Amino acid sequence: MDIGPILSTLRRHKITAMLLIVEMALTCAIVCNAVFLISQRLERMHIPSGVAEHQLVMVQVANIGIQPDAKARTQADLDALRRIPGVKQATLASQVPFTNSSSNTSIRLTPTQKLATVNATQYMGEDLIDTLGAQLIAGRRFRADEYLDYDAVVHNLDLVRNHTPSVIITKALAERLWPGESGLGKQFYFAGVGVRVVGVVKALIRPSLSLGDAAAHWSMVFPMRMSSDNANRYLLRTDPKDRDRVMAAAGKVLRQLDPNRIVLAKKTLDQLRADFFRNDRAMTATLLGVIVALLTVTALGIIGLASFWVAQRRRTIGVRRALGATRAHILRYFQTENFLLASIGIALGMVLAWGINLFLMQHYELPHLPWTYLPIGALALWLIGQLAVLGPALRASRVPPVVATRSV
Amino acid sequence: MLKYYLQLALLSLRQHRVLTALMVLTLAVGIGASMTTLTVMRVLSGDPVPSRQGQLFHPEVDPWPMDRYVAGQTQPPPNLSYADAMGLMHASRATQQVTLTTSRAKLLPHANGEHPFFADTVMTTHGFFGTFDTPFEYGGGWSQAQDDSRERVMVIADALNRKLFGGTNSVGKSLRVAGHDYRIVGVLAPWDPQPRFYDLTLRGRGYGAGDMLYMPLEAALDDGLHSSTMNCYDSGDFSKPRVAPCMWLTLWVRLTSSAQQRDYRAMLHSYVKQQIAMGRLHRPDARLMSMRQWLDDRQAVPDDVRVQTGMALGFLLICIVNTIGLLLAKCLRRSREIGTRRALGASRAAIFAQFMVESAIVGLSGGVLGLVLAEIGLWGVRHQPVSYASLAHLDPLMFAFTFVVAVSAALLAGLLPAWRACVVAPAPQLKAG
Repeated sequence: MDIGPILSTLRRHKITAMLLIVEMALTCAIVCNAVFLISQRLERMHIPSGVAEHQLVMVQVANIGIQPDAKARTQADLDALRRIPGVKQATLASQVPFTNSSSNTSIRLTPTQKLATVNATQYMGEDLIDTLGAQLIAGRRFRADEYLDYDAVVHNLDLVRNHTPSVIITKALAERLWPGESGLGKQFYFAGVGVRVVGVVKALIRPSLSLGDAAAHWSMVFPMRMSSDNANRYLLRTDPKDRDRVMAAAGKVLRQLDPNRIVLAKKTLDQLRADFFRNDRAMTATLLGVIVALLTVTALGIIGLASFWVAQRRRTIGVRRALGATRAHILRYFQTENFLLASIGIALGMVLAWGINLFLMQHYELPHLPWTYLPIGALALWLIGQLAVLGPALRASRVPPVVATRSV
Repeated sequence: MLKYYLQLALLSLRQHRVLTALMVLTLAVGIGASMTTLTVMRVLSGDPVPSRQGQLFHPEVDPWPMDRYVAGQTQPPPNLSYADAMGLMHASRATQQVTLTTSRAKLLPHANGEHPFFADTVMTTHGFFGTFDTPFEYGGGWSQAQDDSRERVMVIADALNRKLFGGTNSVGKSLRVAGHDYRIVGVLAPWDPQPRFYDLTLRGRGYGAGDMLYMPLEAALDDGLHSSTMNCYDSGDFSKPRVAPCMWLTLWVRLTSSAQQRDYRAMLHSYVKQQIAMGRLHRPDARLMSMRQWLDDRQAVPDDVRVQTGMALGFLLICIVNTIGLLLAKCLRRSREIGTRRALGASRAAIFAQFMVESAIVGLSGGVLGLVLAEIGLWGVRHQPVSYASLAHLDPLMFAFTFVVAVSAALLAGLLPAWRACVVAPAPQLKAG
C-alpha cells in the first residue's frame, strides 16, 4: 500500500493527528509502566515461603506477665494440642511467617568484625523446622540434647558463650555469607556469640519483608525451647482438610486450660499470607482498572476522530471509488493511517515510558523497566487502534461511488 | 448574546449526541479518578495537629557507637533511650514537651462482668495533653507532681468511655490495668490525629483507629507495662527499660517562636556535646525536625498512594488530550457553518466566544459527572483493606477545587478548537460548497 497519499492527507490535519499521537504515546507509556508495576506485585505476592503453607494453623494467645510455672503450662498446652485429632505436629514458635512480627539480628563472620555482614531473622521453637515443613537440603536436624530453654539462656548467656551452639540456616543466607559454598560446618557471630551451621534448609521466609525482597529468605533457626513467658504463637501442622476443625478445637483447648487467657488470633497460614499481601492485591486491582480505563478512553478517542475523518472525506472517498478503488482499498487506507499514527505514538510512548520508569526508580524502590515490557505496550496500542478504527473504516468502505457525482 | 451562543451550543451538542456523551464521559472519568486520588493524598498528608501548626518539633540524638559512623550520611534514629529522653526533658524545663511510647494494656473493667480485653495504650508524661492540645470531654490531664509521685491515674479515650461507661462522666472511677487500679482523671473528646504522627516509629501505624488509654509513663513502667518497640544499640540488661541501652521513647516539644527553636537547637547540641564528654554518647549528630519534615522523612503517605495519584493525573491528561481532539474534529467539520456566520458579519471574537461556550458546557457537565464519579471512587477507597480507608471523604474545599479543575480542564480543551474555528477564512468555505 502506498503511504504517500496518507502522509499528505495527515499533513493537512496536523493538529488532530498530533493530538492522536500524543494521546497514544501517553497511553503507551502509562500502560507499559502499569503492567510492569503489576508484574512486580504479582512476583512479590507469589514469593515462595519454604514452609508447608496449606497444612499450617497458627493460634496466637496473649500471655500477660511472668508466670512462675510457664514451662509446665506450655508443656501442658502442647500436650493438649497434640491430642486434638488430626494434629500431626505442634510447637510454640518465637515467630511465624507472614505475621510482620519478628526478631532480627546482625551477623558477623569474625568476632572482631566492625561492620555486620548481614541482618537475618531468628526463628526458635522445638521441632520448628519439621512443624513448619521446611525442607532440609544439607546437614542434619537438631539433636534433642541440643535444645536449651530460651529463658535460661537469656538470664545466663554463659550457657551459649562457652560452647558453640548449632544453627540451621537457609540456602539463601548461606549463599550470602559464603558465596559458592554450602555453609555446612561454618561459624558466624552475633551479639558476641559464635554459632556453627549444622544444617541448611531450602527456604524459610522471614515474618516481615520490611528489609526488601532480596533479604526475604535470610533466616536462621536456633535449637531453643520457648515458653509462654517469651512466645505466644502456637503452630499446628495438620491435613489441609482438617484445618478449620483443628483451629476451632485448638482455640477451645487453650481457653479450657486457662480461662483468663485471651486468644488473639486463629488463622491458617494461607489466611496469613492473604492478609500479608492484601495491599499488593488492592494495588494490582487498581492498576488493572487504570489500564482498562486508559485503553477504553484511547479507543473511544480514536473512534471519534476516525468517524469525523470519514465523514469529512466522504466526497474524496466517493471520487476514489469512482476512479476504480475497491472497498478493500478504502478499508486498508484507514487501517494503514491508524497504524502509522499508532507507530509514531508508540515510538514516542516508549521514550516516555523509559522516562517515567527512571523517575519512579528515583523515588521508589523499583528496578529498571525490562525492555520486554515495551512490546506489550506497543502490541496493546496497535491492537486497540486497529479495533477502534475498524468500525469507521468499514463505514468508509461502504461509501458508494455515486457520492462523487453529487454536488454537496 | 450569551443566550444565543448557549442555544447554538446546545443545538450542536444535540446534533452529535454520541460524540457529546463521549466527551463528557471521558472528561468525567479523568476528573473523577484524579479527584479521588488527590483527595486521598490530601487527607493523608494533612497536619495531624492543626492547632499547633508549625509549633511541634521532634528532637533526635544518635546513641550508636562510632564504628559505622559516616559524617553527613548516617542519620540519628527516630526514637530515644530513656536516659536521653529524660535528659533532654530536664535540660529544657521551660518548653511544653512530652515523651511517650505505645503499649498494649490488658484491661479488667470494674463495673460489670465484662471479660478482660486489650487496649492500645500510650505511656506518657503530663505534657502530652497540653503539647498536642487534646480536647477533653470530662476532667483533664494529670500534673507533674502526679508524674513524679507515680500516682496511678489515667486519661481514657471517648470511645472507651462510651464502651465501658455509656458515655457518662467517669472521672473518679477506676479501671484495673496490669493488676493495679488506675483512677480516671480525664476523658478525651473524640481526638484522632491523622497521620498518627507519634505512632509512626513506635507501632509503625500511619493511619487508623486511635489509642484508648493514656497512662503516666513512670507508674506504668513500675507496673510492668512494656513498650511496643525496643531497638537496642548496645548489649546490656534489656529487661529493665529505664537503664537498657535501647531506644523506645519519642520526644515532642512545642516551640512557638523562631528564637525558641534556635535556643532549643543550641540546647540539643550542647546536650550531645556534654554527653559525649561524659562518654555516654559518641556521635555528634542531633537534629530537630518540624512536624512536616518528620512526616516527609517517615514517608507517612504510602508510596502506593503517590503512584496512584501520578497515574490518575496522567490519566486526566490523556482525557483532556482526547477531548481536545474530539472538539477540534467536531469544530473543523463545521467550517462551512463558521464561514457562513463570518460572511454574515460575525466577528472572530464572536465565533471564539461561541465555541468557548460550547466547551464550557462540556466542561461543566464533565465536572458535575466527575464529582459523582469521585464520590463513587472514594466510596470504593473506603471499602479497600487499607488503614486510611475511613478517612477518604470529599471535603468542601476539595469539592470546590474539583469544580475549578473540571471547568478549567474543559476550557483548556476548548481553547485550541475555538481558536482554530475563529481563524477559518470565510470565502473558501463558502466556495467549497
